[in-house]
Amino acid sequence: MENPIIQVTSLTKKFGDFSAVSDVSFEVKKGEIFAFLGPNGAGKSTTIKMLTTLLDPTSGEISLNNQNPAKNKDGVRKSFGIVFQDPSLDDDLTAYENMEFHAVLYKVSRDARKTRTKDLLEFVELWDRKDDLVKTFSGGMKRRLEIARGLIHHPTILFLDEPTIGLDPQTRNHMWSYLTDVNKKEHMTIFFTTHYMEEAERIAQRIAIIDHGKIIATGSPTELKKQTKTKTLEDAFLSLTGKVIREEEATSADRMRSMRKMFRGNKR
Amino acid sequence: MNTIYILWLRQMKKYFRSRSRILGSLGQPVLFLLAFGYGFGSIYKKAGGGNYIDFLAPGIILMSVLFTSIFSGIELIWDRQFGFLKETMVAPVSRFEIMLGKTIGGASVAFIQGIIVFILTLIVGFRPQNIELLPIAVLFVGLVALLFTALGTVIGSVLEDMQGFQLIMNFLVQPTFFLSGALFPLTNLPPVMEAITKIDPLSYGVDGLRGALIGKATFGIFQDFTILIIIALIFLGIGSYLFEKIQV
Repeated sequence: MENPIIQVTSLTKKFGDFSAVSDVSFEVKKGEIFAFLGPNGAGKSTTIKMLTTLLDPTSGEISLNNQNPAKNKDGVRKSFGIVFQDPSLDDDLTAYENMEFHAVLYKVSRDARKTRTKDLLEFVELWDRKDDLVKTFSGGMKRRLEIARGLIHHPTILFLDEPTIGLDPQTRNHMWSYLTDVNKKEHMTIFFTTHYMEEAERIAQRIAIIDHGKIIATGSPTELKKQTKTKTLEDAFLSLTGKVIREEEATSADRMRSMRKMFRGNKR
Repeated sequence: MNTIYILWLRQMKKYFRSRSRILGSLGQPVLFLLAFGYGFGSIYKKAGGGNYIDFLAPGIILMSVLFTSIFSGIELIWDRQFGFLKETMVAPVSRFEIMLGKTIGGASVAFIQGIIVFILTLIVGFRPQNIELLPIAVLFVGLVALLFTALGTVIGSVLEDMQGFQLIMNFLVQPTFFLSGALFPLTNLPPVMEAITKIDPLSYGVDGLRGALIGKATFGIFQDFTILIIIALIFLGIGSYLFEKIQV
């Protein structure tokens, strides 16, 4: 039996007295599509940050592709691709230049860079727009470009943090069809978060639900529904996490977002 | 090496694409040059100082370098909040390389800006005396660009958002310019003022550039050069330390 591609054991992250993530354990098998769900402020982003080397855990172990993100950062970084919640493209560069920038950082060789960029941009149907500045792209096009970019170095795992937020159903469907395609062809593991439960139900093979920093349920969509005696994953989710609305404090990123709107107009 | 190059290239491309930004940033130096240069020119001459435009030009060149440099560093905040920095930081490259690439890129932009303003000063009427010292003048422009971009990186690593930007402009950047001797000679100043001008790194840049271009240096070119190098290295050091600590 192969080692799980992601193995998390008793993972804890404290900010002062507050435990954002406490004693979290789960595993993801290679080639699996795994959804990581939870209400706002449950600890999803903190967990993803620890998995992707952006934050060191307070205690506990992570093994990602048989490497420890806290110890061997570069090794881990080579093995995953990531699509962040906020667009992380450079608006003042073209689609091609964004791809090139990423490929150079991941030390993809010059020849491979060219063919891979072409293949991927064709794959997400952006090849004919390759020389256009990203600021002229729609939200859906940006997402597709980010996915293409995240795949350029052949990652074994792709992290997607709320990848479909603000996208229309057409674009969402399109996006998932690319992703499930790569998942099948290259046996690439997909780890994603979302607030759309029907999306998780349809796409994910296995799900973990986190709340107040703790994992409260894991299993396939069917198992979770059975466990909570509910008909939809949305109901299962609500029965596990309750119906109280979670308020999130505005972070500096939120403040910046509103400032950016002021400067550029809201065209995301 | 490739990492530093691609980060540098990114900044150059962005710079040359933003024509309105280039044009806009030339307005202030031209205004200063015309208003101060011609406004105070005759008084300065009567006081026995010689041609004020010649005296002022090196200060105005470095003013635009200063503003562009600090602003390049502070752009880090945008990159940081809007994911681009995040995307760079999850890549298998060291933070030191990222910091260096960004700083060198920003410094290059400020350097080019300085050269453009230099050409503008020539059009307005500035006449450098020692053409053979031009390479040294160019070196000073580059050094000042590097020093203040490194300072910008320090600020950009500490500030969480743009809220503090106004504070930095009013209490750091403006005083750095106005108290540097860019507009007035550093001799015969009141003692407090003299002390302040001596801790202002830009004073040494202006002095060195003035020395190279019109042969009037108060501290001497060699001393200016040494002090600028030391301060630039200190800022780079602090910058790379703080950049290492950034959490995204």
